[in-house]
Amino acid sequence: MNVIKAENLTKRFGNFTAVDAISFEVKKGEIFGFLGANGAGKTTAMRMLCGLSSPTSGRGEVAGFDIEKQSEKIKSSIGYMSQKFSLYGDLKVYENIRLFAGIYGMPEKKIKVRTDELLEKLGFQKERNTLVKSLPLGWKQKLSFSVAVFHDPQIVFLDEPTGGVDPSARRQFWEMIYEASSRGITVFVTTHYMDEAEYCHRVSIMVDGKIEVLDSPSNLKKIYSAASMDEVFHRMARKAVRNET
Amino acid sequence: MKHDLKMPPDMIQLLSFIKKEFYHILRDKRTILILLVMPVIQIILFGFAITTEIKNNKIVILDPSRDIATSRIVRQLVESEYFELAGYLKSDKDIEKVFINHEAELVIVFADKFSENLMHTGKADIQIIADASDPNTAVSLFNYASGVISYYQQELMNENNVPYQITSGIRLLYNPGMKGAYNFVPGVMGMILMLICAMMTSIAIVREKETGTMEVLLVSPMRPILIIISKAVPYFILSSVNLTTTLMLSVFVLGVPVAGSLFWLVLFSVVFIFVSLSLGLLVSTITETQVAAMLISGMTLMMPVLMLSGMMFPIENMPKFLQWLSHIIPARWYIAGVRKLMIKGLGVTSVLKEFAILGGMAVILITVSLKKFKKRLE
Repeated sequence: MNVIKAENLTKRFGNFTAVDAISFEVKKGEIFGFLGANGAGKTTAMRMLCGLSSPTSGRGEVAGFDIEKQSEKIKSSIGYMSQKFSLYGDLKVYENIRLFAGIYGMPEKKIKVRTDELLEKLGFQKERNTLVKSLPLGWKQKLSFSVAVFHDPQIVFLDEPTGGVDPSARRQFWEMIYEASSRGITVFVTTHYMDEAEYCHRVSIMVDGKIEVLDSPSNLKKIYSAASMDEVFHRMARKAVRNET
Repeated sequence: MKHDLKMPPDMIQLLSFIKKEFYHILRDKRTILILLVMPVIQIILFGFAITTEIKNNKIVILDPSRDIATSRIVRQLVESEYFELAGYLKSDKDIEKVFINHEAELVIVFADKFSENLMHTGKADIQIIADASDPNTAVSLFNYASGVISYYQQELMNENNVPYQITSGIRLLYNPGMKGAYNFVPGVMGMILMLICAMMTSIAIVREKETGTMEVLLVSPMRPILIIISKAVPYFILSSVNLTTTLMLSVFVLGVPVAGSLFWLVLFSVVFIFVSLSLGLLVSTITETQVAAMLISGMTLMMPVLMLSGMMFPIENMPKFLQWLSHIIPARWYIAGVRKLMIKGLGVTSVLKEFAILGGMAVILITVSLKKFKKRLE
């Protein structure tokens, strides 16, 4: 079953075509890596899929809803975590969880039970009343992800979620992504780290607004007879005409 | 696994979000300071320290004759709360020394044989010398002194039963003590409400843009209008708290009573709070950083309130262009209305115009900023 479908999705800003007729599908429970250099159009494409911006042409479906006409329904079926830190630093750990659970309309009772479960799972019981800003970055990121999937979304969009985190924390973070995926949550992730691209089930690489390749990391390495995804990526990125911004 | 999509749980969203706003406010010491302490300081500062009245000024007298008339005038000057006698001079050569050594603010020089001249020719000269390096003070002092002297003149005329003498006197209405507080309280109220509603609201919204949490909110199913409402509610409540403290301080500390209807004064203030909230919202839609929001609110909202609202400088004395400009300053109408409702004790019918203008401004501003806010999501 496909939970994300894009058909010739295009976004133009004046004369500039940020996203140029991209088409792809993402299956339920899949970890889909959305790669591309800065300015390749990743963020714009992701914003369209999240219902934040409407496409100039083409169409898309997320969680079975049309991205143009049913963006409100999409918003309650997805989770989102941005490259900027997306929790409130001056709120305590459990206050952040409750706030977002409330925004996603979860009833109070359910929030209580699930919060206890989550804190136990993360080993954060002692930090329940700690202000989020005083947590180490790796912990914040973990919490941020947990909050993004707290309301059991069908799909979670992660926009460069591991920026600035050390490798061991990144490793732990990806374990959480796998766990979510095994629960049936589809993970749509953009990243700069090519070692992370290896963890994805399938990856697409965007160059100048177009999807240049889309396959599993192992197939891509085979086709380009490259040792790593890093090598594949650099070969693709070299084709770029647009300046990196 | 599908998320429950039954009826939109707006109330849960709204309440969780308002609670969160209060956490932000209560946990930030700077915000608390601005919100709760500053209004008190401002009221006290403007009420007491920055005042246009001048009390207990030292005067020095040069009086060669020292007769009945001069001593009566001197006594009256000293008995008024404005002046305090610092001494007598022996010769006019000492006058300049008085000012150079800051011995007194005013020197009063009586002509020789003052009383005699007054009785016989009906004419006697007094010279009032003031230090005009601070012209405002000099003029005020001069006015006080000549007021006392003309009062004596009147008395003299009455005593002597001069027929058909017409005397004109000034009666000061509403603020007989010429207290500065009467003038400043409406202004400070306008300023505080504008500061808290507009500046704090705009900063609160822009902060979310800056930290990136706004994006998370926009991707959430929470409707933009609810985000705005829940941002505005806490500041609305805080403004009401401030309105209460300002009024209490004016009444009990500054002794400025609410002469008119408290109900209409509060309702009128609520309309002004709405105008300020929507201005803050508008600022937040055109700025990206907290610093920018603060500067814009400060420059375009606070400065006009101080300069053009009639709080400090009378609007009637401004150049035509500024007078015209003052019409678009919401605080101008608010301050004018508060003067009528609170100080003059006039009924609500006298502020219908101000009510209508502020109401109109609120509607326009809210519409424009909501549109801009929605458009920004694109």
